[in-house]
Amino acid sequence: MRSSKSATQHGKTGETQPMTNLDYSPALLSRVLKETKTIALVGASPDWRKASHIVMKYMLSKGYDVTPVNPRTTNDEILGKNVVASLADIEHPIDMVDVFRNSEAAGPITDEAITIDAKTVWMQLGVINQAAAARAEAVGLTVIMDRCPKVEYSRLSGEGGWMGLPSNIITSKRNQRL
Amino acid sequence: MSDYGFDTLAIHAGAAPDPTTGARATPIYQTTSFVFDDTGHAASLFDLQAFGNIYTRITNPTTAVLEERVATLEGGVAALATASGHAAQLVAFHTLMQPGDHFVAARQLYGGSITQFGVSFQKFDWHVDWADVTDPASIKAAIGPKTKALFIESIANPGGLVTDITAIADIAHEAGIPLIVDNTLASPYLCKPLSHGADIVLHSATKFLGGHGNSMGGIIVDGGKFNWSASDKYPSLSQPNDGYHGMKLHETFGEIAFAIACRVIGLRDLGPAISPMNAFMIITGIETLHLRMPRHCENALKVAEHLKAHDAVSWVSYAGLADDPSHDLMKKYSPKGAGSVFTFGVKGGYDAGVKLANNVNLLSLLANVGDTRSLIIHPSSTTHRQLTEEQQKAAGAGPDVVRLSVGLEDAADIIADLDQALSA
Repeated sequence: MRSSKSATQHGKTGETQPMTNLDYSPALLSRVLKETKTIALVGASPDWRKASHIVMKYMLSKGYDVTPVNPRTTNDEILGKNVVASLADIEHPIDMVDVFRNSEAAGPITDEAITIDAKTVWMQLGVINQAAAARAEAVGLTVIMDRCPKVEYSRLSGEGGWMGLPSNIITSKRNQRL
Repeated sequence: MSDYGFDTLAIHAGAAPDPTTGARATPIYQTTSFVFDDTGHAASLFDLQAFGNIYTRITNPTTAVLEERVATLEGGVAALATASGHAAQLVAFHTLMQPGDHFVAARQLYGGSITQFGVSFQKFDWHVDWADVTDPASIKAAIGPKTKALFIESIANPGGLVTDITAIADIAHEAGIPLIVDNTLASPYLCKPLSHGADIVLHSATKFLGGHGNSMGGIIVDGGKFNWSASDKYPSLSQPNDGYHGMKLHETFGEIAFAIACRVIGLRDLGPAISPMNAFMIITGIETLHLRMPRHCENALKVAEHLKAHDAVSWVSYAGLADDPSHDLMKKYSPKGAGSVFTFGVKGGYDAGVKLANNVNLLSLLANVGDTRSLIIHPSSTTHRQLTEEQQKAAGAGPDVVRLSVGLEDAADIIADLDQALSA
C-alpha cells in the first residue's frame, strides 16, 4: 500500500519513476518476511481507513509484533499496541523498520534504524531514498524501497493471486509459497 | 519479473499444486462462498484490508489462476476475469466513466463492440465518437474535455489490420487519458500491448485464449502505469469511495488500483462473474496457446495466399501478406504472425457472400472466432446486420466481405472446402 504522503510523487502519465536497483527478487523478499518477527511502523495512523493502519492490522494478523511509531497522534494505542514517539523509545529489539513517511523523512528514520540495530529498513510504495539506503547497506542492513510489505506478503503467500496479482512464482511442489 | 519463457508461463503461471490435496491440475472450486475465520476476518475482507475469498461473484480460486496467468503473460500488474469480453468492456468503462462522459473508439472494431458502445452505453449516458484507427490524427481530433479513454483493437476485427499502438498511446497520454487495447485477436503470444504503451488490455477469452470454442470469458489486465490521481477525471479511483467508507482506491492500492476498482466495484455491483468451470476450461486452453497460435497463423497465411490468387475473389485483407497495407505494422507489433482472422471480398457482392457462407462443408457458419475449427461468417448478413451499410463499410464489413477464422485443420482441406464453395 502507498503512503498517502507519497501519492503525489506518482510519475506523470506514461512516465516511470527513475529507479536503480529496486528489482527485488522473490527470494530476498521472502527471506526478509520470514526472518522478521518485530516491526516498528513509522507513521502509523489511528484512522482505520489509512493505508498505514491497514498495513499494521494486516501484519499483526500474520503474527508479526508491530509497534506503532507516531510523535503526533494523541492516541495512546493503535490496534491495541502502545504508540511510541520515536524508534529510540522502543525497548525491545526491532527486526524491521517500515517507513510510512515521505522519501526525505526516510533519511533520518533510516539513521535511527541503524542506531537501534534494526536488520531491515523497508520504505513504502513511492518512498525512495538512495543515500539513506547506501548508509544502511554499508553497515549490513537490508533495504527495500518502493514496496509494501502487505502487498509482498500477499503476493508471496499466494493471497495476492486471489486478486489476480502475479506472484512470479513457478513451482511443482506443494506449499512452497511464503 | 520471472525469468521463465512465455511457453513455461503459459502452462504454469498462477497455478501451483493444491495446498490441501496436492492436486496438480487446477481444481475447479465450484462454490459460491467461502467461510470466514471469524467476524474480524470478515470485516477485514469486506473493508479491503486483506485479500481473501468472500463470494465467487468477486473472487474464486480457480478464476484467480486464470487471472494471474493472463496478467503474467501480458506483463500487467493485475488482472480480473469476467463472464465475457463484453462484460470486461462494461466493467472497464464503468470504472472510468461518469454519466455524460465520452470516449473515442476505433471505427474498425468487432461489430458487437460497436453496438455495445454506440447503443447500449447510451443508456448510462456514456458517449462514443468513432475515429479511423489508420489515421491517428482523426483520433486526436475526436478528443474533448469529457473524453476519458481511447479504445482500439491490436488486430482489428474483422478486417485483420494491425494498429499503431504506440502512436495512439502517445496521443492518449498527451491528453491525460488511458489507452485501452482489446488484444483478443492477437493474444499475448503475438502481441503485448502494455509493452507498447497501452494502459489497459482487454480480452474476449472466449476466443484464442480458451481456443476451443467451448467457454465464454473475458479478462481485464491492468498495466499499472497510469496515474489516476493526476487529474479529477477518474473519481472512482481518485476520490473517496462511498461503497468503502470513503477509501481512495488509488491512494490505497497504488499501481493495482484500476484492477481492484474493476473487481470491488464493477464485479461486486454489476455482477458479471465468470463461472469457475469456464475459468478452468480457459486455463486449460492457455496451456497450448504457444502451440496453437503459430499453426493458426501458418494456416491463415496459406489460405490468404490461395484466396488472393483466386478468380472469384476481388481482394484479401490479411496483414501477413507482404503487400498488405498493415504488413509493416504487423512486423513491428505482431512479428510472429498476423493471427488467423481476416476478411476477403467476393466478386458478386452480398449475394455471392451469402452463397459462399451457405455452401461450405468443413468450415462452420457461426458468429465466433479463435476456435480450433475453421469458421466463416458473412458479416453484413449476420454479425454486422444491425449496422447501416455505411457503418458496415466503415467497419470493414461491407456487403461483399467474408470473414474467416482459420482453424487448426490441414490447410489443404480448408482451402479445398473454400474452393468448392466458391465454385458451387
